[in-house]
Amino acid sequence: MKRNLTVFLAGAVTAAMILSGCSSKAGTDPKANTDVQESASEDNKEVVNTVGPDSGTHLNMWSFAELHNTFYADMAERWNKENPDRQIQVTFTTYPFSDMHNKLIMALQTGQGAPDLCDVEIGQFPNFLQGDVQLYPLNDAIKPYQNDLVPSRLDVYSKDGNYYGAPTHVGATVMYYNTEILDQYGIDYTKIKTWDDYTEAGRKLNEASDGKVKLTSVDTGGVDWLTVAMSEYGEDWAAGKDGALNVELDSVKNMLTMQQAWLKDGIAMVSPAGIVDLEEGFQNILDGNIASFPKALWFMSRFVNYMPEMKGKIALAPLPVFEEGQNRSVGIGGTGTVVTKQSSDPKLAADFITYAKCSSEGSRQIWEQLGFDVCNTDLWTDAAVTNDSSNQYISFFKTNPFDVLNEVKSEINTLSITKMTPAINDYFCTTTLNEVLQDGKDVDEALKEAQDYLELEQ
Amino acid sequence: MKIKRIFYSQKAAPFLFVLPFLLSFTVFWIYPLFSTVKMSFQSILPGQIEWIGLTNYEKLLKDTTFHTAIRNSLTYMFFSIALLIPFPMFFAVLMDSNLVKAKGLWKGALYLPALTSVVISGTLFRLMFSELPTGQMNVFLSFLGKAPIPWLKEKGFAMCALLTLCCWRWTGVNMLYFLSGLKSIDTTLYESASIDGASAWNKFRYITIPLLRPTTIYVLTISVYAGLSMFLESFMLWAGNSSPKNIGLTIVGYLYKRGIEKNQMGYASAVGLTLLGMALIINVIQLILNGTFKKEEN
Repeated sequence: MKRNLTVFLAGAVTAAMILSGCSSKAGTDPKANTDVQESASEDNKEVVNTVGPDSGTHLNMWSFAELHNTFYADMAERWNKENPDRQIQVTFTTYPFSDMHNKLIMALQTGQGAPDLCDVEIGQFPNFLQGDVQLYPLNDAIKPYQNDLVPSRLDVYSKDGNYYGAPTHVGATVMYYNTEILDQYGIDYTKIKTWDDYTEAGRKLNEASDGKVKLTSVDTGGVDWLTVAMSEYGEDWAAGKDGALNVELDSVKNMLTMQQAWLKDGIAMVSPAGIVDLEEGFQNILDGNIASFPKALWFMSRFVNYMPEMKGKIALAPLPVFEEGQNRSVGIGGTGTVVTKQSSDPKLAADFITYAKCSSEGSRQIWEQLGFDVCNTDLWTDAAVTNDSSNQYISFFKTNPFDVLNEVKSEINTLSITKMTPAINDYFCTTTLNEVLQDGKDVDEALKEAQDYLELEQ
Repeated sequence: MKIKRIFYSQKAAPFLFVLPFLLSFTVFWIYPLFSTVKMSFQSILPGQIEWIGLTNYEKLLKDTTFHTAIRNSLTYMFFSIALLIPFPMFFAVLMDSNLVKAKGLWKGALYLPALTSVVISGTLFRLMFSELPTGQMNVFLSFLGKAPIPWLKEKGFAMCALLTLCCWRWTGVNMLYFLSGLKSIDTTLYESASIDGASAWNKFRYITIPLLRPTTIYVLTISVYAGLSMFLESFMLWAGNSSPKNIGLTIVGYLYKRGIEKNQMGYASAVGLTLLGMALIINVIQLILNGTFKKEEN
């Protein structure tokens, strides 16, 4: 009898456990998602905030960055002032990065519970364009501003001719140099034009500082360096010339091989925690362990917010290239704000968000409040903006960000974002980059494995 | 009157009383189970659901990341069982003997970790296993004159960290199972063995272990599934579902990645059913080998 009971108990427990499955408690996962630059160091707390009169149309909005929501709240108040007949009341909620994207995916898949407006990070965007797109096209709402906007930034959020995301910034990538360190060891960053120059400077720095200071840190948790290389060669792994996925590109090989050599020669270190845009990375910069790194212009806000001690020590410059004449910048990162089909008044939501992000007024506020290189290029040459020395970003850096931006203006590529982009980023950040940069695995072999895996994914 | 008749009816009343359970069982368990089977043969996107036959399963066969996840889960299951049956049994025997003083305190101390949230304890373990020289485990190592270890970046060390967390958390629970098993053993057996001059080891070997068998089988059965379905520990230890070279990826972690993070519900269903199949097969084999299905001997 006892034994029968045991069998029954064992069976029942197994069944119960299997059937009840796995409850999951999602947390934040900044390292996993490669293009998380915007979110990485923003707080993980959930914040709810409502602005606007009760009489206004009520909208819900989600974001993964509290700074974004603060900005939108400000823009909502401006909107209400300018549009007395179309008042809105918006409730803003800030969620941790992956929580928010997962929640939105589920809400759109099930057709219930989605907000009216939501920020979607560029690397995650393709996940939301699958199947019948559950987002409201912004074409009509964007039209009034379209001529002033960088077209490629609209295209990355589009499918079949419909624009689904309102862009925030270009994300032009530049090299950040710590001039205090470089001056100390007699290195002139303005002379660095190619990666060979850069490597040479790294060697000099390594010798002069007795190995204490590295020229840069390479990432195992992000693909920025590879994006830079691809843009310089005009290659694209997600959709090359024939539209096929190919990660075994010369640009990628050259960059990884060069980085392996840097690590071997003590010119570079591996970024603590895998990327520069995390607390560990900020500390590394503050400690003076590295003298330079490539990052998009939005990284300026990290200096202002998290590394105020570095004021006056950092200069911005165009990226070194493999061969002269290549593109010296690339757009990295970004957030497309979407309007969902579940919205109670999608037209109003779309008009508001394009006003907040794409209009001249909105763009100016994005620059002033968030320090992003906005997509509205009118602003780049507006002397009242570019020469405003009271601006916290312009006064922080040794070089004027707009000088660099205008210098590389025609060279800012954007790589295509396809439905394979999340998978490529994911595989490189968990596997390939760790193997190549941590374990010193052969570059060709690692890329071959990545290619095999990703072809299966398609 | 009618209602009263139903309640007093010997035929109807039992069904009425189990109805709430049956309903919730059907809605929350039976339906999802069949729905999962159906979904594993589909590709599911918003507004576009297609039947794709065995494509999901064919992909699983070739998916190297999934194979890594299976390997990790099986390794974890194996070692967690190897650690979480002998040691708790040993502790239970100790607690049951006269060798230990302040038993309540010990039992409480061993059981306490089970009451904590994995989210919190996982976060603490992540900090303890930090690769920095100031991480607790590396501080211990430095006492021993060893260099710091990047615990969560290398396969072996990572499994070590996972198992440490697992043992810390579950030793007390398993010990309680064994303790209750020990209580049901008739003390006269030990007395007569003592009279016959049996040593303590022989008593343990020939009385305790055989009579604890039902408990051991029960613990083994739940450990198989608990080991295979581990997710949260790894999720917290790496502060997310991604670990370098997937050293912390488990089957359920992969299911979460596909289903929730990438919105591939069909593929995730296939992963889930594979897990179900594996757990059932391992447990059925284990139960057959243990003779659980044999008829009770007279």
